[in-house]
Amino acid sequence: MAAGVAAWLPFARAAAIGWMPVANCPMPLAPADKNKRQDELIILNVSGRRFQTWRTTLERYPDTLLGSTEKEFFFNEDTKEYFFDRDPEVFRCVLNFYRTGKLHYPRYECISAYDDELAFYGILPEIIGDCCYEEYKDRKRENAERLMDDNDSENNQESLPSLSFRQTMWRAFENPHTSTLALVFYYVTGFFIAVSVITNVVETVPCGTVPGNKELPCGERYAVAFFCLDTACVMIFTVEYLLRLFAAPSRYRFIRSVMSIIDVVAIMPYYIGLVMTDNEDVSGAFVTLRVFRVFRIFKFSRHSQGLRILGYTLKSCASELGFLLFSLTMAIIIFATVMFYAEKGSSASKFTSIPASFWYTIVTMTTLGTGNMVPATLAGSVFKSCCSVASVESIALPVLENISSFRRLYHQFQLSDKYRSQKKARLARIRVAKTGSSNAYLHSKRNGLLNEALELTGSPEDEHMTKTTSLIESQHHHLLHCLEKTTNHEFIDEQMFEQNCMESSMQNYPSTRSPSLSSHPGLTTSCCSRRSKKTTHLPNSNLPATRLRSMQELSTIHIQGSEQPSLTTSRSSLNLKADDGLRPNCKGSQITTAIISIPTPPALTPEGESRPPPCSPGPTTNIPPVGSNIVKVSAL
Amino acid sequence: MEMATVRHRPEALELLEAQSKFTKKELQILYRGFKNPIFLSFFECPSGVVNEETFKEIYSQFFPQGDSTTYAHFLFNAFDTDHNGSVSFEDFVMGLSILLRGTVQEKLNWAFNLYDINKDGCITKEEMLDIMKAIYDMMGKCTYPVLKEDAPRQHVETFFQKMDKNKDGVVTIDEFIESCQKDENIMRSMQLFENVI
Repeated sequence: MAAGVAAWLPFARAAAIGWMPVANCPMPLAPADKNKRQDELIILNVSGRRFQTWRTTLERYPDTLLGSTEKEFFFNEDTKEYFFDRDPEVFRCVLNFYRTGKLHYPRYECISAYDDELAFYGILPEIIGDCCYEEYKDRKRENAERLMDDNDSENNQESLPSLSFRQTMWRAFENPHTSTLALVFYYVTGFFIAVSVITNVVETVPCGTVPGNKELPCGERYAVAFFCLDTACVMIFTVEYLLRLFAAPSRYRFIRSVMSIIDVVAIMPYYIGLVMTDNEDVSGAFVTLRVFRVFRIFKFSRHSQGLRILGYTLKSCASELGFLLFSLTMAIIIFATVMFYAEKGSSASKFTSIPASFWYTIVTMTTLGTGNMVPATLAGSVFKSCCSVASVESIALPVLENISSFRRLYHQFQLSDKYRSQKKARLARIRVAKTGSSNAYLHSKRNGLLNEALELTGSPEDEHMTKTTSLIESQHHHLLHCLEKTTNHEFIDEQMFEQNCMESSMQNYPSTRSPSLSSHPGLTTSCCSRRSKKTTHLPNSNLPATRLRSMQELSTIHIQGSEQPSLTTSRSSLNLKADDGLRPNCKGSQITTAIISIPTPPALTPEGESRPPPCSPGPTTNIPPVGSNIVKVSAL
Repeated sequence: MEMATVRHRPEALELLEAQSKFTKKELQILYRGFKNPIFLSFFECPSGVVNEETFKEIYSQFFPQGDSTTYAHFLFNAFDTDHNGSVSFEDFVMGLSILLRGTVQEKLNWAFNLYDINKDGCITKEEMLDIMKAIYDMMGKCTYPVLKEDAPRQHVETFFQKMDKNKDGVVTIDEFIESCQKDENIMRSMQLFENVI
């Protein structure tokens, strides 16, 4: 049962009186409140700080430590109080949860300490109220990330026992400090990256003249030397890339990773250049490709943690940066359009098209002001000044992001999406809790029936089975049981319902199905009826028979035990109607998970009450199944 | 932690104690539950009264498999004796007092009032059918045996056969009480919840 509603259970049970006149069967007995005590104050001593509350307050949540009998383990007989050797600060929140139904997360509290306390008291963190849930989740995520990082670095210090050669290599690549060889490799590659970058730069510097009065860049003067350097670097990079590819635990993932893409882009131009001959047409493109060699500088990010962190930072505030970019673009487009149309009239206008005025607008907005384009008309000047003023404000845009109201609104809109998705998750959880409670009922029903059967056969064992559910739960189940009795239908779980539907559709073949269909209302009317309604027995008997046949086909078999409507007091009344053959009709089928021990009718009366076998007296029925209970092994 | 009633002891408590069959302590327990509907994270409960939405929400927690809103609606109307759209603590206590501590006559009266939707003094088949459908709705879909469409109607027929003595198609309060008093099962089940509080 959902938490907190226990307080209203008495009301629901009282309201069940509304069903009584409608019901046709006697109702089950209410679970006895064995130790009925008046509501009392109980004292909870948490590390010396005493909290007091009503017992019923704690019992609102029977599946937690404080709400169940588990707290008896902490009862101190001498002082008559419950002593918990835990943090009193967090206990305050826990106790407030019982009082108000809302669990709050205090911001000053450490997240793992809080989690520990909640785990101790058996409270799920999911029920933290909306007001504190965001904070809790954020802190939890931070903590988890930090722990993960710590774990990673810890793992790297240990020497793992036996790794394959490939795994050793991968570890060496990822973490240069593991072995000397890795360190050497690390520095060598770093050196070659630097050499390669410097080469690229120096290549273009004009160094000295050549006879002919032409200044040549060094690259062309010492072409061979530069070519050799380039080749060496590329070879090293290629070897490194192939080694990494070999060592990677997941090659596919490695190929997709950013670093490997950078590696590939860095060495590709060289190979493409090798492949392509000195063709005039493609040499232009080839020269462009050389630009990509500058990407080699990004290979340094493997060597520098700071670079990586920069990359992560950019990635994390990508949304804010995107927003900034978008707003700037909007402003640029607006002003460019305005300037273009303002200057259109003037003949000597340099603003030949809107894209042309883009450049002008950008220059103005970033306060560069190169001055190569100036507005010629008055309108243009006016708009230009507006643009300049606006541009000053645009500088303030990043500052704007830090203004508290902006942050609040922005986060509010962001959070409202989060809330919506969370709400769906919350509702799903509530639905799960609801099905959980209904499953609890079904489960306890099965257990309960087994108990009843056992008790009736006089077996002395397993009294403890009845105590597994709390009083509130048993009262709730009693309520549901009354509803079942009122409507003459039982609760079953979805699985069984599907099965039954399947079976009922299979049963369309035997023609006896239709009379048995119509006998269903007959079933309800004959329940607990007097002798006169015997005639409905016959169709009823066909039902189990056909079921037997079809069920054997399906190889699912149910246990049908006859059911005692209630334990003790109605037994005498049952005797009065015993020769009715009443029992098998009145909700004749109960499905339990017990295998064999469901007793047949004669065994139900161990006390020796003389009970005529249902078959023998008056009723003119030839119903073999009525006499025996169809005992089959359940496929549950 | 001081008991709330020591600080504010409303006049109403003594009055309620006189009018209902509960003791002061029981009233206190009831009031604490009533005043603190702590599962209402979705609703704001104005102080001291429960509206129909809340009522339905409360009731649906107890019947997870089915849909109990219709029955809760009828129940709400039965508790809301002055028909002002909300159930105050007084209404709540008076209703519970009848259900838990009243005589069988009073309980039967209450049940009749529940079934008589338009409060005209007699239960018609249509009213009973509504009530019956509401009860069957609470069972939900997954039942054994499978719930047929006309199960409520059949049940109503049974009910009327039993209760409607003069076969005039309606059940009056006298017919109802008389028939119920003749039925042992009903009489016994009326006393089922006496020890609830």
